[in-house]
Amino acid sequence: MTNELLRIEGLTKAYPGVVANSDVSFAISPGEIHALLGENGAGKSTLVKMIYGLVKPDSGTMVLRGQPYTPARPSAARAAGVAMVFQHFSLFEALNVAENVALGMENPPPMRELAERIRAVSTEYGLPLDPARRVGDLSAGERQRVEIVRCLLQDPKLLIMDEPTSVLTPQEVDILFQTLRQLSAEGTAILYISHKLEEIRALCDGATILRRGKVVATCTPRDVSARDMAELMVGAVLNPPARAARRDWGDASPALEVAGLSAPSPIAFGTSLKNISFSVQRGEVLGIAGVAGNGQDELLLALSGELATDPGMIKAKGAPVGDLGPNARRALGFVAAPEDRLGHAAAPDMSLVENALLSGVVRKGLTKRGFIDWGATKNWAAEIVAQYDVRTPGTWVAARALSGGNLQKFLMGRELSQAPEVVIINQPTWGVDAAAAAFIRQEILNRAQDGAAVVVISQDLDDLLEVSDRFAALNEGRLTPTRPTEGLTVDEIGLMMGGAHGMEVAHHG
Amino acid sequence: MDLSSINPAVLVASLMVASVPIMLAAIGELVVEKAGVLNLGVEGMMIIGAVCGFITAVATGSPFLGFIGGALGAAGLSLIFALLTQVFQANQVATGLALTLFGLGLSSLLGQGYVGIKPPATGMVPFGPLADIPVVGRVLFQHDPMVYLSILIIAAVWAVLKYSRMGLILRAVGESHDAAHALGYKVTRIRIMAILFGGAMAGLGGAYLSLVRVPQWTDGITAGAGWIALAIVVFASWRPWRVLIGAYLFGGISVLQLNLQVANVPIPPEYLSMSPYLITIIVLVIMSSGKGRASLNAPAALGQNFHAAR
Repeated sequence: MTNELLRIEGLTKAYPGVVANSDVSFAISPGEIHALLGENGAGKSTLVKMIYGLVKPDSGTMVLRGQPYTPARPSAARAAGVAMVFQHFSLFEALNVAENVALGMENPPPMRELAERIRAVSTEYGLPLDPARRVGDLSAGERQRVEIVRCLLQDPKLLIMDEPTSVLTPQEVDILFQTLRQLSAEGTAILYISHKLEEIRALCDGATILRRGKVVATCTPRDVSARDMAELMVGAVLNPPARAARRDWGDASPALEVAGLSAPSPIAFGTSLKNISFSVQRGEVLGIAGVAGNGQDELLLALSGELATDPGMIKAKGAPVGDLGPNARRALGFVAAPEDRLGHAAAPDMSLVENALLSGVVRKGLTKRGFIDWGATKNWAAEIVAQYDVRTPGTWVAARALSGGNLQKFLMGRELSQAPEVVIINQPTWGVDAAAAAFIRQEILNRAQDGAAVVVISQDLDDLLEVSDRFAALNEGRLTPTRPTEGLTVDEIGLMMGGAHGMEVAHHG
Repeated sequence: MDLSSINPAVLVASLMVASVPIMLAAIGELVVEKAGVLNLGVEGMMIIGAVCGFITAVATGSPFLGFIGGALGAAGLSLIFALLTQVFQANQVATGLALTLFGLGLSSLLGQGYVGIKPPATGMVPFGPLADIPVVGRVLFQHDPMVYLSILIIAAVWAVLKYSRMGLILRAVGESHDAAHALGYKVTRIRIMAILFGGAMAGLGGAYLSLVRVPQWTDGITAGAGWIALAIVVFASWRPWRVLIGAYLFGGISVLQLNLQVANVPIPPEYLSMSPYLITIIVLVIMSSGKGRASLNAPAALGQNFHAAR
């Protein structure tokens, strides 16, 4: 091809113990939307960090518009016309929108002028923003707009987007795609990183598929089925989880009942819970969707017992438990798995055995007369490692030493193997690979089959659609009425999640 | 009890002098904490500044060079802190406490031959006839240059943090070092610069104690001023002009305490000595009862070490 914007040739990057990228090559032409597809840990992020100048490649070359391109730091990449929207937002919560934008620019104009340009550009692309607002008060979708507008103000030739849709409602995704198509029509190339296949089929002109740091295939997404791409990406055939018929346990009152739950958020910039009501029977899975920051963390805290509420707001088998702490609830059969693994679900510097003990001590009876039964604890931790296929040198390693996906498998195993009666999980498959995600979903269904009432809170709609019997969505701390999952369309789900949150379609000529 | 012995103009004037050391040390620490670093070694840096400033001034006969020497000495000590916490990733709280103990010991070693010596006098800024205005002249126009310089530094720090790009980057580093790093800012370098500035300011404050406020060298001359400076930063909720208010308030308490003793007011002076800390705790409680750290305005990454490899 003659008309190339960026060509990457034989890029390799190794970290101690892992080769993140090995001999990766591909090319993008101006105006092309190119997908970089792969599972967590396939090396997508390392690759784009090299293009953005955050990481130096060990070997290989890059050519941008015919010139050798070796960005030493992000400012060099920005000067060359490469902009990036980060997966984990690179925003400062205590600063306002204009200040955040200024920090991502090389030579920002004076604040007043910058604010004007932010207003102009954001309306032009259908992403309205108020430059004076503090970023900590914005929703996840609005925060992403800040990142995108920051990039657009620099008139980029290549826009890198790292998993941009994971925090958006389906309607917001549509609007984002229209913005991206408009940019592409204006000649901006877009490198789009995702593992969501249908999105890539809808949006992208070309795709490069990575597995374990290597390019395993290139394809034109429109001509290939999502299933074929998935198998290229995972390198194995995937089966959806099996679901057995539900049985009627014939209970008088639901295993978990929440009535009029309202609580202020204990988290800075958090969302308070407003009059939430639902109930879950034994053997039933309730899926709760919602864009990040709409009260998911707070709901988990209230259900696990970390956030005390009025006793009657939460009932287990008819008995009020709202004022009980986590251990008192564990004794009643509650288990909870929060989203944040290091620091909330697990103590980072403690071993897997110790972390197993911390959560399981009540239900597994791991103490005798006040002393810890290390033998039983070690055996149990080893069982979890074996059963949930946790890749670790042993159970004595510190939790922080495990990769995100492996730690998630261990933590899911720890909670789900306590013979629970009520299971509360936030983001069960976040950051784990497709095979492990399928396994975790199956285990959730198995617990329901054993008679547990399960609440799954997730931003991943695939999680919810595969495991839940009934479905609801959190939006600004309020819960929608629950509906049976069967028969729900993606559009309806999007509307339940709050629709487009005030975004509008690009109206640029 | 005889309150008529307290002259309000003299009281305010001496309050301004008394607050200079803690104001300088506090504004330095404010910049350090805005960059996300918690340096508890202010007391140690102040006393090193006091002894270095004293030695330089006695050796050269120039109080001006004395202040420079004090700032450099304390900045040098803060460089140890920067090296340990920013390069070797040592715990900031432990390193800061160690720095204080080290500074106290080292200063007493350095100052051994200087006990009982009088330093060269620091003159007043000549305002001419302005100084003779009744009351106002005594309060505003009969001070040494450091009193005015310390207020100028507060104004400069405020303006830089609020309006300049440098200040924006500094605040960004203190809010989220990971995000700042992702955008390509040199987190470690920026933090080391902030630590050096904080050290230099603490040193200036310390030198003011030994050269103007006391003025002589005695062991432990700072007598907890560094801790009060740390308390002022929190009391001021990390805002420069509130540091000025806090320093006048806390400096005022120490002056008032002496005056009340002279006037035979039956309040034990210990109550006044502990009041700065009590006020700080009360302010913390009042502000925390809102929405946590957000309303406190504390830098989000305060006290967290940053490591670039991820």
